[in-house]
Order: sequence, then C-alpha cells, then structure tokens
Amino acid sequence: MSLIEFLQMNYEVILQSLVRHLELVIISVSAGIVISIPLGIFLSRHRKLAGPVLSAAGTIQTIPGLVMLGLALIFFGIGMKPALVALSLYALLPILRNTYTGIIEVDKGIIEAAKGIGMTSNQTLLKVEMPLALASIIGGIRISTVYIVSWATLAGLIGAGGLGDLIWTGLSTYNTNYILAGAVPSAILAFLFSGLIEILQRILTPRGLKGVRV
Amino acid sequence: MIKFENVTKSYGHNVILKDLSFTINPGEFAVLIGPSGCGKTTTLKTINRLIEPDQGKIFINNEDISKVNPVELRRTIGYVIQQIGLFPNMTVEENIAIVPKLLKYPREKWKEVVRELLEMVGMPYDENAHKYPSELSGGQQQRIGVLRALAASPPIVLMDEPFGALDPITRDTLQDEVKRIQKKLKKTIVFVTHDMDEALKMADTIVFMDSGNILQMASPEEMLRNPAHPLIASFMGKHMANVGADLTAGDFMKTRVVKVLSTAHTLQSIELMRNREVDTLVVIDDDETYLGTVTIEKIRTHGKTGEEIGNLISDEVPVANSRDDARDTFDQLMTSPTGYVIVLDDDSRVVGLITKTSMAKAMGGALWGEM
Repeated sequence: MSLIEFLQMNYEVILQSLVRHLELVIISVSAGIVISIPLGIFLSRHRKLAGPVLSAAGTIQTIPGLVMLGLALIFFGIGMKPALVALSLYALLPILRNTYTGIIEVDKGIIEAAKGIGMTSNQTLLKVEMPLALASIIGGIRISTVYIVSWATLAGLIGAGGLGDLIWTGLSTYNTNYILAGAVPSAILAFLFSGLIEILQRILTPRGLKGVRV
Repeated sequence: MIKFENVTKSYGHNVILKDLSFTINPGEFAVLIGPSGCGKTTTLKTINRLIEPDQGKIFINNEDISKVNPVELRRTIGYVIQQIGLFPNMTVEENIAIVPKLLKYPREKWKEVVRELLEMVGMPYDENAHKYPSELSGGQQQRIGVLRALAASPPIVLMDEPFGALDPITRDTLQDEVKRIQKKLKKTIVFVTHDMDEALKMADTIVFMDSGNILQMASPEEMLRNPAHPLIASFMGKHMANVGADLTAGDFMKTRVVKVLSTAHTLQSIELMRNREVDTLVVIDDDETYLGTVTIEKIRTHGKTGEEIGNLISDEVPVANSRDDARDTFDQLMTSPTGYVIVLDDDSRVVGLITKTSMAKAMGGALWGEM
C-alpha cells in the first residue's frame, strides 16, 4: 500500500490521534504552568528552599520516560490519566527553574529602588519582577512543550492514545506507513509549538527590554 | 527635620553605627562622607527604614519613624541610588509617575507632574516621556532617577552616591542641577558620597563619619578651615585653605624665553621674532644679566636699520625673583601693563616668564594635580 493510499484510508484515525496528542500536550503543560509559576515565585521569596525543591524536580526529570509511565500505570491504571500525571511531572522542571532564576536574576539595583520608593513586596513582584522575568518564564514553557510533544508519543504504550499509538502499531507490525503517520506529525508539532511560543515571547516582551539583556 | 537619637546598629560583632545623634534641619543639604565602611550608607538607609537600627530612635518632624508603616514612610521620602534602578519595562513617564500612582493621584495630576519635572531638567516631554530607560544615556537615566524621587513632592530626598557611576562632565552637570532643584524646591537632601569635591560643592552641612562615629559635622567652610581630625584633613588634602602658601614664582613660570643680546641689530631681532613667533624679546648683556625688553612696535617706530637694540629697550615689564612668594607675583601679573612678569635669579639672570596662561596652568596643577 502506498503512503498516499494509506493516508486516504486512515486519515480519520490519524486525525483522532493528533487531537488526542494535542490534548495530552496542552493539558500537561498547562498543569506544569499552574504548578510551577506559583512555586517558582514562592521559592524566590524563600530562597533557602530553592535548592532542595529544584533538585527534587531535577530528579523527576532524570527518571526514564518508560519507568515513569510504568509507575503511573501502577498507581492510576490504564488510559489518559496516568499519562497526564507522568507528562505533567516532566513539564514542571523547565518552567519552575526558569521562573525562579528569571525572578532572582532581576538587577538588585532595580529591586532596591522598588523597595526604597515604597512598593510593597507584591507590587514589586507584579510591576517589576514578573514583567522582567517573563521572557525567561516563557522560555521555560517552550522547553517543556517541546519535550512533552516528544514524550507524549510514549503515552500510547499505556493506552492514552495520541500519535504514539500509530508509531507503536507501526513498530510492532513492521508497517512504515504507520510509523511515518505518527512520527512526522509529532515532529511538525514540536516545530510549530516552538515557533508559536517564540512569537508569543516576542510579543509579550516589554518594548524597553527588546535587544537589552537585563 | 531629621533627628537621630543614640542610633546604634551592628551586624554580629561588627558595630556599624555607634550611638549616633545629630539633627538635619529642613531645607538643608546634608552630605554624609567618610572612608568606605564608615557607616554613611547605613545611616542613610535607616532614614527610610531599609535598615532598622538596633537601638535609638529616628524622628522626622518629631514623629518616631519606627511607628510609621515603612511602605507609607518610603512614599514620602525620595530615594536615588547609584545603580539608578529605573524600571526597564516602563517608559520614562511610567518610571517618574510610579510613586504618584502608588499614592493614587488622578491621571491628569500625575501627567502634569511628569511634564513639569521633565521640563525642569531640560528634557522636553514630547521627546522623552515615551522612551525606555535603555534608550537614554547614563546621565539622562540618572536625571530620570532624580525626577522619580521628586515626583510625589517628598520634603526629604535621600541620595546614595547618585553620581558615582557617571563620567566627570555629566556628574558635574547633574550636581549643578540637583543643587539648583534643591534650592528651588527647598528640599531637605541627605546625600552620601566618598568624594570630597562633591561634598564641598553640594553641602550646606558635611557630616564626616568614620567607623560608625561622626568625627565632625560642619559647613564646608568651617571644615576646610578647622578640620577636627587628621583623617578629615587628609580627605580634603588639596582643598586646604593654605594651598599655595609655599609656592614661589619659580613654580609658575615657563622657562622658554626668547632672549637676545643687547648688541644685536634691529633687522636681526625682527628676524628672530619672526622665527620664534613672538612680538617681544628679552634683552640681556653678555653676562646674561637682564637689561629690559624690546617690542616689535618699538623697533618699527624708533629703530633705524643696523642700530643696536640696546638703545631701544624699555623697563616697563615687572620683574620678580624666582624665590618670591607666588601670591605677590600673582598681584604683579594682574597689574602688569604687558600681561607678563619676567623672572630673574639672584644674579639678575633671566630664568623664566610668567604669563596669565602659565599662572592658570600652575594653579590648576596645584588644585587638581599635575596637568
């Protein structure tokens, strides 16, 4: 069967897998954002905790994907749920690390000025630290997203669906068409997300910071 | 009025401020100066409670500031720092308006404040308000830093080495501007520096600190005249009142003098003047003894071809001995009809010439180091 014929016959399945893949990526990255940004801010206020917490997140990152999915399978059974838990854990570290370093690397003089002219700690965070750390935070989100697009292909193994499903089917039946139908879209997806987030980063960077490293 | 009462601060065993008591009056420009680690910056930062004293009290207008909410307190005290600390994500206008906005000024009011302040430092609103700090020079950035501190009309402004990172010319301009603004707006300014030139230029009162103590608190005049401690005297070094007391005429003269023998002839002398591009020659005899001067006019109007110039000399130029006191020579120079003084040694030989230019150079050198 030629690739064209294969695509004509299976486009609905491929489309479903793609949508499922997108769901996996968007939900787990969103979870990563919701947990990591507040946690990063908290750590920037309690810097003694930053070391232990960041190395814990770093340890999670070193657990091989299959092991993590296996563990998730044991605790949460088969389907999307264990996959989302595992992927969300992987999404944490880049966003957390970039939020934390983005905030603590804001120039000390700027922070002292903010405090000295009478900004509260929250005002300093919202008006000064977050805008200045934004580029770094979005950079973290971008790294997480690109990772998760590729790791989400493993989720097919525990019945979560997604483009990984096609790849695993192809591998187990020596069917190149299936492999291509899963691998090519996920590669394109990674490029697309990376590019889109980069554009977003440019739009959201305050004009005063463009071309200037703070 | 800012009043310190027995203020003490230590970090561990390190005593930073030792029982400080002093008062800064309203409208006063007080400069805290001293060697690094003397406690001047710590003193400044206790005023807006960026640093809390261990003991003692600080009063602003008789109100104990430890009883005031620090955030509220800081909004009523301007603050300028060496690192400038403008918010790079905000425009010039947003930076200046930050405290008025925190204090909930209505929009028209803070817009007006920004416009007025920018005009005051010669940075027109339309050209500058919407720029970002990264688009400004260092000097302009610190101007904005100063305006941000002034925006909510605080009666007191604290400045922590605000011009330390600027080049000398920009620093000089900003010093003038801040002094002018302080006089105009009648602010009380507490200013930290380690630069005595800056202190003498800006201060109404200099507070000289060392190891957490005040060694002397006095006007610049008084401190120059009667430094209370050898350390203060060494800080002021070149500014001390007796500057130049031991300088002599010899220190001020230039030694390249165009001399001519009295037996030279007129045409020869004119040729010499042309070669050396001067209009006057110093005439000497063959013992090198000074006889007088001859000018080109004199030769033109009175000289005959081939005449010896010894007949044309005049003695209207004042002479000084090279060991004469520089001040006396200076007076001679100022009253000299020709604008210069001839310097002779003990044997009446010509050793140099003092002109207004050489005097100015030498005085500059004495005041500011070799030039």
